Amino acid sequence: MKEKFTTITSTCVPMPAENIDTDRIIPARFLKSTSREGFGEKLFYDQRFDADGNAVADFPLNNPAYGGIILVAGKNFGCGSSREHAAWAIHDYGFRVVVSSFFADIHKNNELNSFVLPVTIPQDMLDKLLLAITADPSIQVIVDLENQMIKCDAIGMEYKFDINPYKKYCLLNGLDDVDYLLSRRDDVVAYENKTNK
Amino acid sequence: MAKTLFDKIWDAHAVNTISDGPTQLYIDRHYCHEVTTAQAFDGLRRRGIQVFRPERTFCTPDHNVPTKDQHLPIADPVSRNQVETLERNAKEFGLTYFPLGSERNGIIHVIGPENGLTLPGMTIVCGDSHTSTHGAFGSIAFGIGTSEVEMVLASQCVLQTKPKTMRITVDGKLAEGVTAKDVALYIISQLSTGGATGYFVEYAGEAIRSLSMEGRMTLCNMSIEMGARGGFVAPDEVTIEYCRNRSYAPKGAEWDKAVEYWLSLKSDDDAVFDREIKFNAADIKPRITFGTNPGMGIAIDEKVPGAPADASAAASFADALTYMGFESGKSLLGEPVDYVFVGSCTNGRIEDFRDFASIVKGRKKADSVTVWLVPGSRAVESQIRKEGLDRIFEEAGMELRQPGCSACLAMNPDKIPAGKLSVSTSNRNFEGRQGPGARTILASPLTAAAAAVTGCITDPRTLATK
Repeated sequence: MKEKFTTITSTCVPMPAENIDTDRIIPARFLKSTSREGFGEKLFYDQRFDADGNAVADFPLNNPAYGGIILVAGKNFGCGSSREHAAWAIHDYGFRVVVSSFFADIHKNNELNSFVLPVTIPQDMLDKLLLAITADPSIQVIVDLENQMIKCDAIGMEYKFDINPYKKYCLLNGLDDVDYLLSRRDDVVAYENKTNK
Repeated sequence: MAKTLFDKIWDAHAVNTISDGPTQLYIDRHYCHEVTTAQAFDGLRRRGIQVFRPERTFCTPDHNVPTKDQHLPIADPVSRNQVETLERNAKEFGLTYFPLGSERNGIIHVIGPENGLTLPGMTIVCGDSHTSTHGAFGSIAFGIGTSEVEMVLASQCVLQTKPKTMRITVDGKLAEGVTAKDVALYIISQLSTGGATGYFVEYAGEAIRSLSMEGRMTLCNMSIEMGARGGFVAPDEVTIEYCRNRSYAPKGAEWDKAVEYWLSLKSDDDAVFDREIKFNAADIKPRITFGTNPGMGIAIDEKVPGAPADASAAASFADALTYMGFESGKSLLGEPVDYVFVGSCTNGRIEDFRDFASIVKGRKKADSVTVWLVPGSRAVESQIRKEGLDRIFEEAGMELRQPGCSACLAMNPDKIPAGKLSVSTSNRNFEGRQGPGARTILASPLTAAAAAVTGCITDPRTLATK
């Protein structure tokens, strides 16, 4: 059912702002749907569109120079609300990787559970990458999950990123946590008996 | 080996640990509201499975609900559908549901403790980042995403990487007019909005111990605003007294046994935390925020600071001030206010309305201000009326509404219009959080009251009635 994560080579969309919260990624008034689909069109809605619904020309997602399936964002990406809709919106819009120097905890889990790979790189590297892709939107970045490598030849960047081995295995094989947990229900019963739950 | 309280509760709930991976953590209590659960129930249906432990999950609608005329059907069909979907799912899967308008309805983080569903030593989750509120009882409580909601429904467990531990100690006594909200805003401004990411916080020290349960809930609620998954206060007599005789709390011999266990829940004296931070209560004054995240805060009589040195941080700082219409070097005292909102899972409890009333009593609402007073639950609303606080509000020209999340997050009819300045007792001042273009200043109920009666940002200590 789920996709399997493969190596990605893509241009990037720069979002240099820091502390981009999940209300900004998707405002609460768009959370009323009861399905997982269709949130991409609301991604960054209040910055992407003005009060009359017209596209804001200089917003990165509206700038035709920028494209690709890698979002590069300022530090502390995804802080605030736990809404997984933020990760669904990022995925539904078409992004598969978000690169930042720092992710908020809950959102990071939500990305991993929504088939978006959060890649953490050092701040100085992020600054350099943001400058480069803003100046030259044709620059390509390679994200190789198997080897945990992010590379950008144009700026001589090569970095081995961290990921929990279990989550890496899940992404590479298209597995989800519920399948795993269902296979462990006997352990839960044993735990409940042992602890008098 | 000496252990922190966090380690003790965590270890007592670890069913398994995947090698090189997360812990399979057993969840004692699971709360559901309408916004973050529908897709999880769909997941169960797709897999053809039932809820594994239905007696451990409790559901109520709070985010979408209007705070007027709750006896009428919800006007917005999309909101109504989301609320009805939760009710249908609760029924289909055999879960307890507190419907809109019923005695037990309210904001999930307010009604959980009120009903004795939140108890010390528990693991508690909800698809909502302010689940950290329940840490006030000495429980490990944290927000989760919808995929994780599905995990809990399917297996009563979540997979979580164990966070690091941080102890924040606030020594000394809080000054008059300084509330738990001010303590929270102070700590967050010192640590920044991401400063506790990766940690679970234990709050300790005299100033924390002196807080009521309501105050501790306010403080723990805001833990997420510095990036921490959660924060808690070890249980003590204050905790026990709050829990006594609550509907779902244990009774008789069970209660005695529980109390003995709860009072044993503390960090060992020689336990080592990954990070220790100490503050002095004497340094904390009434606080307000000036920017667009909760870490951008100052004491109410301080001036808006200058931009940080780091270039990318400075750019975001400048954007925030532009959005708010404020300038570095200027005081916000006297700044005209358009809206005052008292409520939310942060400050929607009875003590908050008592605080608010203490300043409003005998005064009138400023003509230029719209005031929304939204109790966190039906029980809080009843208590407000029982204590006659509603008459104080009425005489001041203020409106007491019905319970719900209201203007905290702009997904129900209570939205702050674009450009308007709101003094809000809620938890987030993000761009657009209270409505597209709305400008939010976070503050305590006392500071909110001072703004409501003067029409501008005012130090509540200048209005305090002895």
